[in-house]
Amino acid sequence: MLVLSRKKGQSIIIGNDIEISVIDIQGEQVRLGINAPGNVKVYRKEVYDEIIRENREASIIPVSPEQIKGIRITMNGKPEDKEKN
Amino acid sequence: MQLNTKHFGIIEVDEKETLYFPSGIPGFEDVRKFVLLGRQQNESPFFWLQSVDRPELAFVVTDPFYIKEGYYVDVDDEEAAEIQITDPENVLTLAIVTIPEDIRYMTVNLRAPVLINTKNNMGKQVIMKNDTFPVKYYIMTGGSEPPAVKE
Repeated sequence: MLVLSRKKGQSIIIGNDIEISVIDIQGEQVRLGINAPGNVKVYRKEVYDEIIRENREASIIPVSPEQIKGIRITMNGKPEDKEKN
Repeated sequence: MQLNTKHFGIIEVDEKETLYFPSGIPGFEDVRKFVLLGRQQNESPFFWLQSVDRPELAFVVTDPFYIKEGYYVDVDDEEAAEIQITDPENVLTLAIVTIPEDIRYMTVNLRAPVLINTKNNMGKQVIMKNDTFPVKYYIMTGGSEPPAVKE
């Protein structure tokens, strides 16, 4: 990993068109400004990691399609009557 | 074409129904082709996003607009552009369901919906920048984590 020291107001360039600036430093918190083309997606790492974790968890389906078919829900989580007959 | 699946065995699907995800989905970036199974069967709110090439890989999905009143998708135009969305009318929005052993703890990922452009069958999971909707929305209790059951 490349490690660079930057002061408030300084920035780094990645490739030709991504600029990351240090906007402000308050104690342990750093505010970053990011200039990047629209097709470059920028996420907080923890959010992206959380989605990856959730997708992996979702790909493990411990119940059968028949069981899932039997689950009834209504809008906003109010369970529907399980048997209608 | 014939499709080998873990949950449904060998099934026949129309090749024309293949959905193409140019970036895969986070955590499964190399998986590009999926099909939707069980969507026409109205008796269940859940259906399946099945990988074409990996029999064991499938996701249970549902309609987030049905799950959460007032739900909306807020993404940058650039994200929508990756699957060439030009008209919101042609977008099918799905939310991935996570099912643990105890189904009372089932959750739906409302933060990162899967968008499908129904005009060209391209798909993408988008991550909303704001945290209005949670990654784990507990479906059985309308959002919050169900209380633990005393043994």
